[in-house]
Amino acid sequence: MPLPYSEIVMEHFKRPRNVGRLEDADAKATEGSPACGDMVTVYLKVDEATHRITDIKFESYGCASNIATGSIITELAKGKTIEEAKQLTWKDAAEALGGLPPVKVHCSVLAIDGLRGAIQNYEEKKGLIKEKVPTTLEEINRRLKRVVNPVVGLDIVRTKIVKEVTLEDGVVRVTIDMPADHLFANNIRDEIMEKLGTLWDIQRVEVEFVG
Amino acid sequence: MFETTIYMDNAAVTRLDERVWEAMRPYYFDTFAVATSQFGYSLGIEAREALERARAVLAGALGAGDEEFIFTSGDTESTNMAIKGVAAALAPKKGRHIITSPIEDFPVLGSVKALEKQGFEVSYVKVDEYGLVDLDHLRSLIRPDTILASIQVANQEIGTVQDIAAIAGILKEHGVIFHTDATHAFGRVPLDVRQVPVDLITVSAHTIHGPRGVGGLYIRKGTPIVKWMDGGFHEFNLRAGVENIPGAVGFAKAVELITPEETERLRRMRDALIERLLEIPHTRLNGHPSRRLPTNANISFRFIEGESILLQLDMRGIAVSTGSACFSRSLEASHVILGIGGDHERAHGSVRFTLGRFNREEEVDKVVEAMHEIVEVLRAISPLGKD
Repeated sequence: MPLPYSEIVMEHFKRPRNVGRLEDADAKATEGSPACGDMVTVYLKVDEATHRITDIKFESYGCASNIATGSIITELAKGKTIEEAKQLTWKDAAEALGGLPPVKVHCSVLAIDGLRGAIQNYEEKKGLIKEKVPTTLEEINRRLKRVVNPVVGLDIVRTKIVKEVTLEDGVVRVTIDMPADHLFANNIRDEIMEKLGTLWDIQRVEVEFVG
Repeated sequence: MFETTIYMDNAAVTRLDERVWEAMRPYYFDTFAVATSQFGYSLGIEAREALERARAVLAGALGAGDEEFIFTSGDTESTNMAIKGVAAALAPKKGRHIITSPIEDFPVLGSVKALEKQGFEVSYVKVDEYGLVDLDHLRSLIRPDTILASIQVANQEIGTVQDIAAIAGILKEHGVIFHTDATHAFGRVPLDVRQVPVDLITVSAHTIHGPRGVGGLYIRKGTPIVKWMDGGFHEFNLRAGVENIPGAVGFAKAVELITPEETERLRRMRDALIERLLEIPHTRLNGHPSRRLPTNANISFRFIEGESILLQLDMRGIAVSTGSACFSRSLEASHVILGIGGDHERAHGSVRFTLGRFNREEEVDKVVEAMHEIVEVLRAISPLGKD
């Protein structure tokens, strides 16, 4: 059977776990947007004394892998402390699903971002977070590691297609080693814009393709 | 994957009709020779006669002369040949400006983009919310160096049928060569070159229950075009290569099997499908309500995404297509839905149902029923549309 998805992905697509809203959630976060074609909202209930995630729910707008990754991260995070849950990566999500096709790996990145966003939302609410810090090249690089190169399903930093990154007066310039008319050029551009555009002190993101 | 019992992706490819296969069969096993000249051997002469009979059927279906129709490997080749062939012939004499529309299929858009890299200039005529070409804007785009316009008869995704006679009239008035991609309209939407001044028409067998890998190009007599494929003197010395005679014969048979009654039957099914799918809340029709292919229904379902819908339908044995980015090879949303002013969400949630000969009326009931269920399931998961 030429199924593009693993049995586990299909199982979570057909019967997603922890779907819906938590009306009395302690924190929530939404990542992605309808325009991107994928969006996930994560709701958390956290025990104030132990910082343990006592309940978690998600909602997903997107393809089958988006729904399945949303479902799996709720299972992975439930019962963990927020510090433990923060350590979960998109690789953990993808592995727990028995793997994802390369072009769908970005879904697991989105789901993990949703989880981390909700945890951050909780920390902010509870005054557990530090002051706003100015964006550094290190932070940009860390975020670029969450942009997936759909050709291979690994991030663009690890696959060495990021040629140069500059940061000057709130303007980030990213140069990608790929022809501008490559099949996935527009997709990679959109993903970079999405990951960097939300940084509080970044005014503009420019992505250039060379190759 | 899952067993397909209802196939509604006929715009992608249609199932071959057994009668077409029976017509083709002898040209693989009995009269299998290449087409020889009249001074060749009998088997080759017979093969040539079969090829020319097929050509006469295809040309006749367009109201063209036999010598104005050549066989190709399909619509992609036909369109490449038409656009690049005319461009190469006219660039040295007249200019390098080409007009097309933003919602054309990939062979047209790919061909003009390739020419752009060689220094040609491309203008895109505006289309309205239904995908209909703005005729005044078309008129305003024409310049002294405009050599060619390529505007489709009917759209591959949303099924909108252009006013080809009006478009052809404007282009002829200004002496601009007109190519039209009729891949999705041929056989279902009449087009006669004796009445409409079109210069080149792309057609293909795969959309009308004919064989894959066979298409054709109508080239009005006198149209400037350079030889496409170098080699021998086949196809009026425009496209070299051993002729695909079984394919040509199959293509002709496929054309002969289409009847107005069948087209009417498909139209009624299409109408029922559209009417009943629009009963689902938060849906909208993509494309023109009346000027549309009798085989096409394209609906956007809000708050949910096309690939999920497609997979849910597949689980129920139903095959369709979507304009969602997740489904496309380039992870980009449908350029057609975006081109008619739709937003990304509308493109991601669009589902194309396309009908063919082998669809039955009761399949409409099953698809509508399945869509009601699927929309409910996916909207329950979706964060959108709940406030």
